[in-house]
Amino acid sequence: MERLGVFLCTGCGIGEALKVDALASTAGELGAATCTTHPCLCSPEGVATIRAAFEDGTIGGALVAACSPLAKSTEFRFDPAKCAVERVSLREQCAWSHPAGDEDTQVLADDLVRMGYARLAKTNLPKPIAETIERTVLVVGGGVAGLAAARAAAEMGHPVVVVESGDHLGGHVAKLSHLVPDRPPYDTLQPNRIADLIAAVTSKPDVRVYTSAKIRSITGQPGQFHVEIDTPSGGHTLMAGAVVQATGSRPFDAGKLGHLGYGASPNVVTASRLDEMLAGGGVTRPTDGKLPGRIVFVQCAGSRDPQHLPYCSADCCGTTLRQVAQIHQAHPEVETAVIYRDMRTPGQIERFYAAVQQQPGSMFTRGEVASISGNGTLVVHLKDSLLGDDVELQADLVVLATGAVPNSADGEAIRTFRDATKRSQTAESETQRDEARKIAEQFAAHEGTEILNLGYRQGPDLPTLRQGFPDSHFICFPYETRRTGIYAAGSLRAPMDSVQATEDGFGAAMKAVQCINAAGRSEAVHPRSGDIGTPDFFLQRCTQCKRCTEECPFGTLNEDEKGTPQLNILRCRRCGICMGACPERIISFPDYSVDAVASMIKATSVPEDYEEKPRIIALICENDALPALDAAAARRIQWNPWVRVIPIRCLGSTNIVWIADSLSRGIDGVVLIGCKYGDDYQCHYVRGSELAHTRLGNVQETLQRLALEKERIRVVELSHDEFERIPAILDEFCKEVVDLGPNPLKGF
Amino acid sequence: MSATRPRPLLVVGAGIAGITATLEAAEAGHEVVLVEREPAVGGRAIRSHHYFPKLCPPSCGMELNTRRLERNPRVRVITGATVTACRESNGGREVTVARTPAFVNDRCTLCGACSAVCPAKVKDPFNLGMAEVPAIRLPHPYAWPKRFVLDRDACPAGCRKCAEACTYDAIDLDAKPTQETIEAAAVVVATGWNPYPIDKLPELGGGVLADVIANVQMERLAAPAGPTGGKILRPSDGKPPTRVAFVQCAGSRDTNHLPYCSAVCCLATLKQAIYVHEQLPEAEITIFYIDRRTPGRNEDMLTRVAELKGVHFVKGKVGSVVAGADGSLVLKAEDVELGRIVETRVDLVVLATGMVPNLKSDETPFGLLRDEDGFGVEGAAGVIVAGVARRPEDVAATTRDATGAAAKACMVTGRSA
Repeated sequence: MERLGVFLCTGCGIGEALKVDALASTAGELGAATCTTHPCLCSPEGVATIRAAFEDGTIGGALVAACSPLAKSTEFRFDPAKCAVERVSLREQCAWSHPAGDEDTQVLADDLVRMGYARLAKTNLPKPIAETIERTVLVVGGGVAGLAAARAAAEMGHPVVVVESGDHLGGHVAKLSHLVPDRPPYDTLQPNRIADLIAAVTSKPDVRVYTSAKIRSITGQPGQFHVEIDTPSGGHTLMAGAVVQATGSRPFDAGKLGHLGYGASPNVVTASRLDEMLAGGGVTRPTDGKLPGRIVFVQCAGSRDPQHLPYCSADCCGTTLRQVAQIHQAHPEVETAVIYRDMRTPGQIERFYAAVQQQPGSMFTRGEVASISGNGTLVVHLKDSLLGDDVELQADLVVLATGAVPNSADGEAIRTFRDATKRSQTAESETQRDEARKIAEQFAAHEGTEILNLGYRQGPDLPTLRQGFPDSHFICFPYETRRTGIYAAGSLRAPMDSVQATEDGFGAAMKAVQCINAAGRSEAVHPRSGDIGTPDFFLQRCTQCKRCTEECPFGTLNEDEKGTPQLNILRCRRCGICMGACPERIISFPDYSVDAVASMIKATSVPEDYEEKPRIIALICENDALPALDAAAARRIQWNPWVRVIPIRCLGSTNIVWIADSLSRGIDGVVLIGCKYGDDYQCHYVRGSELAHTRLGNVQETLQRLALEKERIRVVELSHDEFERIPAILDEFCKEVVDLGPNPLKGF
Repeated sequence: MSATRPRPLLVVGAGIAGITATLEAAEAGHEVVLVEREPAVGGRAIRSHHYFPKLCPPSCGMELNTRRLERNPRVRVITGATVTACRESNGGREVTVARTPAFVNDRCTLCGACSAVCPAKVKDPFNLGMAEVPAIRLPHPYAWPKRFVLDRDACPAGCRKCAEACTYDAIDLDAKPTQETIEAAAVVVATGWNPYPIDKLPELGGGVLADVIANVQMERLAAPAGPTGGKILRPSDGKPPTRVAFVQCAGSRDTNHLPYCSAVCCLATLKQAIYVHEQLPEAEITIFYIDRRTPGRNEDMLTRVAELKGVHFVKGKVGSVVAGADGSLVLKAEDVELGRIVETRVDLVVLATGMVPNLKSDETPFGLLRDEDGFGVEGAAGVIVAGVARRPEDVAATTRDATGAAAKACMVTGRSA
């Protein structure tokens, strides 16, 4: 970017804390095309001066040295396709967090202006992509969630293709006559209206449904997925813009529930079997075909059990209540007893629970089933029950409320299996081949489990979280999977009942059409929604190291046979993790690059005369750490003035060269502050923070080999609300760096 | 509005449900107007210390959401405003929005000069009245829009100190209420909830004993931006408690109060047990419950808390909480497993109170059916209900539900953009 204008604000205490005229001199020294000082730059009058400079062509980029980039962002936003803007936080980083008039504060401000200027000089305007975008939504799975998604997408004006592996739509819900009530007064069984939903979907002209069909392959990217499906009538190909995976769940394998009598007596059945009886010829005892006098329901059959499913399947309490109500409706003379650990009827289902409890012949007791014995008439042995410590209940039929297992495929595990299988044949040494064979054996169970058959380097299906559910930020952003444009819905995504699965289908359809429309506007989707900048790969210098293709959390990059990355731009979320991974530094965004940050580091002053004033670089995540630091500044908490803060897009975008550059320039320490990682990660890009920790761990080893103390580099995890902790982290790190003494490379 | 420009969607309530519905529809391509009663968005969710089960701060997701709001050219947010009328019109809804006076406008820079000179103190609504703040202030550290707010009613007669201190022309003490009418294609009602008032539970010490607090207050005590800077302290003497009791279903699942299950209180309590345990590892924590409801993967929370040293679960409903002689509190509960009444002495009692939908008490202009408990039932043309306005649910369920509500609103228009 050329013709840079520097706009200095003196408001909010900046003018009192700093010699702003000295900063203006710096701007002049740097070669600014114009430099303006304003008492309140964010005021309409202040903003107008910047706008005028853009409009009359005086400047191509504006350095706004005022408040934090997180403040007044609406005011300082100009057309991103035409105007480059860089913010320098003189208010939060200097005036509010350092002593006014202090020499160190002034040096800090001067550095921040130089750093911002250096970055702006390396900023380019984005070149919007222009791609042809397909509007069709592909829905994989025709149960309630899939049907709801299909209906929603169709009624939002999108063509829809539904691919269902079974021979009918509606999944297991289609077989039920009644459902748990979802509307007032919530106390009686509700007729199953799935036929209406099926009709609503199949009657639409722009909806195609394939049953007994499977996905052979999905290649391409959002807006341009190329889909091949196998159906009884042969193969079909189609284009889709986005995918909703709603492949549902299956009952937990009751064969593993021998301790609950399953398999020992035919009179122990699963909830699904009871539903078949309720839908078919009626409820009978398998051994004699008679109506059972007493039915005992055992809750949490497989669920909430570390041996089986550690989670609660969320649907079984409601299912049991429905079945009890259906039995009492059909056979008032039958007694029912429900053995539960905790009855889980959140919300208004509580009213249904209360109503079922009121029915004569209906009994509920908390307890654990110790064993079930007998063959014809069964004896259920209870322990720790409310009826007593050691109680026996007779039952003619025992129904196991089996939990739900998601119909997911672990894309990363399948890929590990495939890679290891290949290596077991092609690796150079016998040891390597042996090692690969062991890995292949370990992951062999994943062979043949593919559902989506994605043509992605990182595996043919969505990555899963622990317990087999596809990954997401499941509190704030529940549909965000790690494959852009592919959204999980229903009991595949999380344990849920059919009412929730229906809503989930609607939500996933919303995300699917949103992704298609964003692609049509050349915009990124969550979390940098609206970003029109795209990464550029300078492939002539690529060494095929494959780090970028491995580390992208979103599977953006495929590889050709040589291992050269193939960019699928519409899968990209613009996190910059590839940029951090690349040892050749060939990946850049127009407004964010290795070179730009390296230039910022180069622009900092490094006191040659140490005098106990070391220089520290803090690379901090703009998502959580920067807001926390701003919140500290807003409370006028002070921190050490030797620190130069560089906000970065994600800790995962940290390129090791920034550390090397810093140390070789004589900077005494580098601290990286990013989001928490692990199972409960807070990283907006899922793995960025974790990858930074791994990369930095490797750098620390290198430092030691170079006889530099590894303590000069630190990576810290921080939560968004830890505004009191972040200044303390900076202060403490400075103190430790002082104890280490000056960087021995200083002055070289 | 010109005839060629499609009508916007209108979302009422900028809690996590309303924000989510707004963003999902707007990022698809719809124009959306988001109307919020309070001066800042975030609703109830932003008042929690952490979300369960990840134990992460709500401000993290909210930060991302507010950036999405301010970046999106199709979103317009109106704070300090309520919907006073919503009638069917041309297949959509004509919505009247009444705005309270904007005493602080968007020229505000957050410099704080006004707060520094403000002579009036008010009970901080963000901290549920547990702290005092100047009448003019930033509503809370994560407030968005980033603008101060003035409780004009608290101003001493004739005081204009804040306006005089403001050098940015951001304060207009004579601002007047305004009103506008918006032709919306569809309306999403996401008006959220209020906690069941603890003073309706005097038998449990609610509103009677200082050291009997509500779960929502515990969230503020644990939060760094809370009244105690994140320290869990007894209100009566400011000391850390060594024995804490949680009373589940305080009002919920009770035909005398709320007959439904509020769906979040079990998990909120488990989360708060972790707050207490992490700050005060020696504390004895007793949780009185009817059923422990941790559906889905939230089961992990129950497993985790059950393993903590000092945590005890008692199946039974608490009948009474009274003051003990030594400043302690005495709970009487039926332990249904032991089959007898037990007495437990503690320093702090947390009532796990439930959720009451705001639609219950508000004069609702939306023409909605409501169930006996005040939750909205869909059926009115062009009106969609999202979040706890519809049923008790946690944040994870709300974000899911609200994304679906955005779809339903778009479906009314027949377009995704």
